[in-house]
Amino acid sequence: MTQADIVTYSLVAIYSAMAVYALAFISFALDLARRVSEAKVQAAAPAVSVAAASGRGSTALLERTDAPAATPARASRSVRLAMALTVIGWVLHVGGTILRGVAAGRVPWANMFEFSLTMTAIIIGVFLVVQFWQDLRFLGVYVTGFVTLFLGVATTNFYVAVAPLPPALQSYWLVIHVFVASLGTGFYGLGAALSVVQLLQARRESKGQRPLPAVPTPERLEALAYRLIVVGFVFWTFTLMAGAIWAEHAWGRYWGWDTKEVWTFIIWVIFAGYIHARATRGWRGSRSATLAIVGFGAVMFNFTIVNLYFKGLHSYSGL
Amino acid sequence: MASSRRSSSDSARPDDAPDAELEPTQTDPRRPSDHFDSPAPQKGIVQPTLGLVGYLRFFWRQLTSMRTALFLLLLVAFAAVPGSLVPQVTSDPNGVIQYKEANPGWSKVLDALGVFNTYSSVWFSAIYLLLFISLVGCIIPRTMHHISALRAAPPKTPARLDRLPGYVSTESAPAEVDVEKAIQDARGILKRLGYRVRVFPGESVSAERGYLRETGNLIFHIALVGILLAVGVGGGFIYTGQKVVVVGQSFANTGSDYDSLSPGRWFSADALSPYVLQLTKFTAVYETQNQSALGEPIDYTANVRTKVPGGSWQNQTIKVNSPLRVGDTDVYLLGNGYAPTLTVRNPAGKVVLTQSIPFLAQDANLTSTGVLRVPFGLKKQLGMIGLFLPTTCADLCTSSLSSLYPGLTNPELSLQVYEGDLGFGKSAPINAFTLDTTSLKEIAGRNSGKPGLILTPGKTVALPNGLGTITLEKNIPRYVSLDIHHDPTQLWVLSFAILVFLGLVTGLFIPRRRMWVKAVRAKDGVTFEYAGLARGEDGRLDEAVAALAQKHSQLLGLSIKP
Ligand code: HEM
Repeated sequence: MTQADIVTYSLVAIYSAMAVYALAFISFALDLARRVSEAKVQAAAPAVSVAAASGRGSTALLERTDAPAATPARASRSVRLAMALTVIGWVLHVGGTILRGVAAGRVPWANMFEFSLTMTAIIIGVFLVVQFWQDLRFLGVYVTGFVTLFLGVATTNFYVAVAPLPPALQSYWLVIHVFVASLGTGFYGLGAALSVVQLLQARRESKGQRPLPAVPTPERLEALAYRLIVVGFVFWTFTLMAGAIWAEHAWGRYWGWDTKEVWTFIIWVIFAGYIHARATRGWRGSRSATLAIVGFGAVMFNFTIVNLYFKGLHSYSGL
Repeated sequence: MASSRRSSSDSARPDDAPDAELEPTQTDPRRPSDHFDSPAPQKGIVQPTLGLVGYLRFFWRQLTSMRTALFLLLLVAFAAVPGSLVPQVTSDPNGVIQYKEANPGWSKVLDALGVFNTYSSVWFSAIYLLLFISLVGCIIPRTMHHISALRAAPPKTPARLDRLPGYVSTESAPAEVDVEKAIQDARGILKRLGYRVRVFPGESVSAERGYLRETGNLIFHIALVGILLAVGVGGGFIYTGQKVVVVGQSFANTGSDYDSLSPGRWFSADALSPYVLQLTKFTAVYETQNQSALGEPIDYTANVRTKVPGGSWQNQTIKVNSPLRVGDTDVYLLGNGYAPTLTVRNPAGKVVLTQSIPFLAQDANLTSTGVLRVPFGLKKQLGMIGLFLPTTCADLCTSSLSSLYPGLTNPELSLQVYEGDLGFGKSAPINAFTLDTTSLKEIAGRNSGKPGLILTPGKTVALPNGLGTITLEKNIPRYVSLDIHHDPTQLWVLSFAILVFLGLVTGLFIPRRRMWVKAVRAKDGVTFEYAGLARGEDGRLDEAVAALAQKHSQLLGLSIKP
């Protein structure tokens, strides 16, 4: 196999993964649509379900042990299909990403295209792994939708041919710093998604509407989001520090307020703010959730707009 | 079951903190009064008139509150944004010049606001200094409190456990069960789980664990202050300098040998540790196979030899990701390029100047520009602006203004020549890389009517107006630009950063919780009650109480009430 062959296989795998994710997205969306309409039906006949009766206090809804019994919307066929498709898509995705690394003879995260592959693979990976403890399938629509879109943008707009590493990137810090940054991004992404759902649920609650079935209460969502985001924060802190050490080796100073450094710092501070908000009276709940979403918005801004349009030393997008 | 799921992270609303009645323990660990775990402020109390001290105290309490910390944090994030939108003097001085040229009016406003120096501007400094004052005001009382908490026994068992998170109790046991022993058993179990325990004989056990959470949190915040101090104070002892060295040339670490040197506030030139560094060889490797990456750099290696006083010459290498540590300094390989050697002769054929001139790269293929000055030895002072292409297009292209490949495949140097006063001997410093042509007359090149001079290696051409000749020597040496830093604070900053990280992980992931096991006597026998209380976020409190209850009741042969 020549390098060109491997690159082709890698792309084929990525395109296939996108197709499978798109199918998974449709399945998740069907499931969600069904739940929403069921919620309406239940609203019409209030006596039917446990969840409907327990209202705000039903924090136990998504506990693995009692979920099936307490959930009227038992995992539907379409959600199970969607999960299976997500797993298949993920295997293709990871395979394609690894092949890209093999073709380049190094880790597959040295330019924007490769970083997009790795980062989205991590988002799906975290999504799948977290299911072992916590049923997060209601996030499937968001996660598969986001990743399909992101891969679409990456393959059409960020694609670059395999190229050798420029001297500044030839460092083991590339392996550590960038990988941990993608891990952090993955955790932040899921945390922000939970925060979005939390805001939606809280809105329904405050309007006196029924919560979406099989979606936890806002309090539970907030607790879950917090747990994912603090893990993301630890990774992000590490990224910041590892980046400083690497900058010292490659550029001769550990901190120089380069645009990318500035944005990494801004994101770090926003999430430190989020953690504080969670500990500040009057800021728990929807306000801190908004901060988490703003924080992830900044992560995405840092990855796309800052990489493409801002001038700085981190010009490694390859574009 | 569902009704008792009230660990603080799941359900705590600001105002129903479950321990509002738990004097004297409610403020442990100590938190600003608007922390969600602190008791809610009492409404309706009339504030006494404040007085000066009262106002100061009020102001200080505001400054060290959670709300202020949060506000200042978000403000720092926000204030850091403009500096990323506009080039900064420190990281991109040329960008600033270009920006000012492109937006003259708007730049004046930005300049007045200090936006080109955002991160050392008054307003940015004011925000982060306030934040750190708030931080110090927050951590000092917490640290004092924590030090005494570390030596204190766990708090009293609350009168009623049934309102606390995770509450469970056993079925009633016959009255003759040995309560004393049961309590001792509970103590043993908790002790083995790493709890600090306090026994109230015959009644209850109170236990607490996770003091490290607060320790970690404090270390995290204190180490942040440490980083700020190390950077702020230590910055005065730093010096950084730049030096361009052509292959074969040497650099001595003395103030006068730098091209530019920026010393910190407390730095004096005799603190430079003396050494000599000679660039013996420079190798650049470019991609030649991969068509989509042709000419991209693969490796830069500078071979140098260094000598400290009293030592012998040492051969060493510098690469982009591996700086050289020599005599208190770090030497970084930041840039490189070509330094064509030019020889100027007068009409009689006598050499008036021979010099290797570093040319600045303009693009990835090392299209480079440089300046030659000939102040003496000819009838007129001459200045020349050169464009050097390491690989010029041989015949197929129409214009050859940029290089096709960074290696020396087909080099060509073109020169525009100016005559006039070069400004030597005036006080204004002369920039080695640019020529101010405002008071000079172009005598060869674009606007002069005469063609510019074109040189290839080994070739000699005549200067205009019979002034003499100029030769491009065959061998075209490379140069490197080195950054030389002395930064005694690095190790401090790194150590504090490691503390920040370790403190963060312990502060976030070690749960701090209290547990109680209590024997409650009733007419028909004894029941044992279990409950816990989270201090800070703790997603697993209920599980932990359930596990304890399970273990203890099994030991007693009792079962848990469903
Ligand atoms: C330099 C600015 C600051 C940063 C970057 C920062 C960051 C953080 C982070 C990341 C945490 C969670 C980590 C842990 O628990 O170990 C935290 C917790 C905390 N911080 Fe800060 N902080 C700052 C300033 C302050 C200030 C000024 C105060 C006091 C008003 C404060 C009070 C607290 C408290 C009480 C907690 C514990 C929250 C809880 O109960 O979980 N921090 N801070």
